Amino acid sequence: MMSHNTTNDNDQAVAVRDVYKSYGDVMALRDMSLDFPRGQLTSLLGPSGCGKTTLLKIIAGLLSADSGEITVNGHPITGPGPDRAFVFQDFALLPWATVLRNVAFGLELRGVAKSEREAIAEKYITDVGLRGFENKHPHQLSGGMRQRVGLARALSVDAQVLLMDEPFAAVDEQTRRKFQEDLLNLVKHENKTFIFVTHSIEEAVYVSDQVAILLPRPSRVSEIIRPEGFRHKDADSIRRDSEYLDIVDRIWASLRTYVE
Amino acid sequence: MKIFGYQLPSLTSLILWGILWEIAGQLKLTFFLPPLSAIFSTLMEIGTSRVFLKALTETGYAFFAGTFLAIVIGIPVGILMGKSRLIDELLLPWVNMFLSAPLTALVPVMMVLFGFGMKAIILTTTMFAIWIIVLNSRAGVMHINRSLIEMARSFGATPMDAFVKVYFWAALPEILSGVRIGFIRGVKGVIIGQLLISIVGFGALFELYSGQFMMKHFWAVLIVLFSISFTIAEFLSHLERKVAYYAAQR
Repeated sequence: MMSHNTTNDNDQAVAVRDVYKSYGDVMALRDMSLDFPRGQLTSLLGPSGCGKTTLLKIIAGLLSADSGEITVNGHPITGPGPDRAFVFQDFALLPWATVLRNVAFGLELRGVAKSEREAIAEKYITDVGLRGFENKHPHQLSGGMRQRVGLARALSVDAQVLLMDEPFAAVDEQTRRKFQEDLLNLVKHENKTFIFVTHSIEEAVYVSDQVAILLPRPSRVSEIIRPEGFRHKDADSIRRDSEYLDIVDRIWASLRTYVE
Repeated sequence: MKIFGYQLPSLTSLILWGILWEIAGQLKLTFFLPPLSAIFSTLMEIGTSRVFLKALTETGYAFFAGTFLAIVIGIPVGILMGKSRLIDELLLPWVNMFLSAPLTALVPVMMVLFGFGMKAIILTTTMFAIWIIVLNSRAGVMHINRSLIEMARSFGATPMDAFVKVYFWAALPEILSGVRIGFIRGVKGVIIGQLLISIVGFGALFELYSGQFMMKHFWAVLIVLFSISFTIAEFLSHLERKVAYYAAQR
């Protein structure tokens, strides 16, 4: 069993119910329903065009669904809210601001006083390993470091739900692996719910408590996989675990027909 | 500039043309071109005179008031156009029309609307400067990365916060180059205004000196005007270079 999963599986942090979304004539999501257990990491995995980013942005409140309901902690959402924080694929940092201001920017928008928000930001800058870079600007950092800034910004606002849109897609392979290991620790130690969009099967299986496989045209949840057997193992041995390898193969087998 | 491997100082070409001018002037090829040295000594002479200083103040006041209006109206209007499709479609045809219109032809209209005084001159300056500022601010906002806007929204930015803390700064490189070109156009506007609306300031001096064929005086005033607008433009491109580091990656 998962060592860090102390919550009841019925305890859903985010619930998506009967959501429809279309762009003009193109139906992006049809009758989508999905639960996201509290304190766990759920991946949305699927080929491009399967609507995974659309679903994530609807949960974030950045897009509105045509019909259906999204609840966060039981409350239906109408737009972005302080209970959710977003990590962007392209980092979305203010290029004219320092690392410190970027990390504190979420709090700045929420009206937290400067000294207080900078103290909080300092803590998360240290947590993500960027201590000493507070006064650097984003263009002076590597891609991996920039995404650490984006992550620290999302953590600083202390939202219960972290929404990550292919957060490691724009960083190099080695940094990506390090990120995945750090993410496992983060899920273990921060009592937050993570929703993670990715198109990498290995990444999804490696970091997730629950992988939702989405299939395209129109988008639907085809399968939910809970890789549980290797969750207690340390970061290094997971990639050699036989259950991990089996699940990766199984997912590839079901997705391969959708890849042109 | 480099010649035979020697790095030449940045004003070399200016000095070279200055020397050529001096030679041409000394040769007395045409009354139109007095020697540069004579122009500068005339400049020293009239530079401290009451007439010149009065003209400088009048022109400076009209110019800065006019470009100030162009900036405080132009930047927000441009940002709003970049943000809102509706406002953009309403205003863009007008902005484009005035950007390419022969604005000098509209100066008489300004006189009818605002009289023959300072007000009409200031607004003429604004009319020359504002359109490029609007258009550049708009272009700046339109180039903002979508995810920067989504970021502001997802962290709960109010429209005012998004405007002041994200849109303005993200569009700043384009805004600054719009302001720089706007200033240069404003110089044109203020002189045309002072020639056509009421003969005051530098416009009056140009009128007087060229009418009386006082070419040394004429060139002296022109050189002062050129130096001022050159300095302002250089200062603004210096500011532009300071924000250029993030222009490429918004």
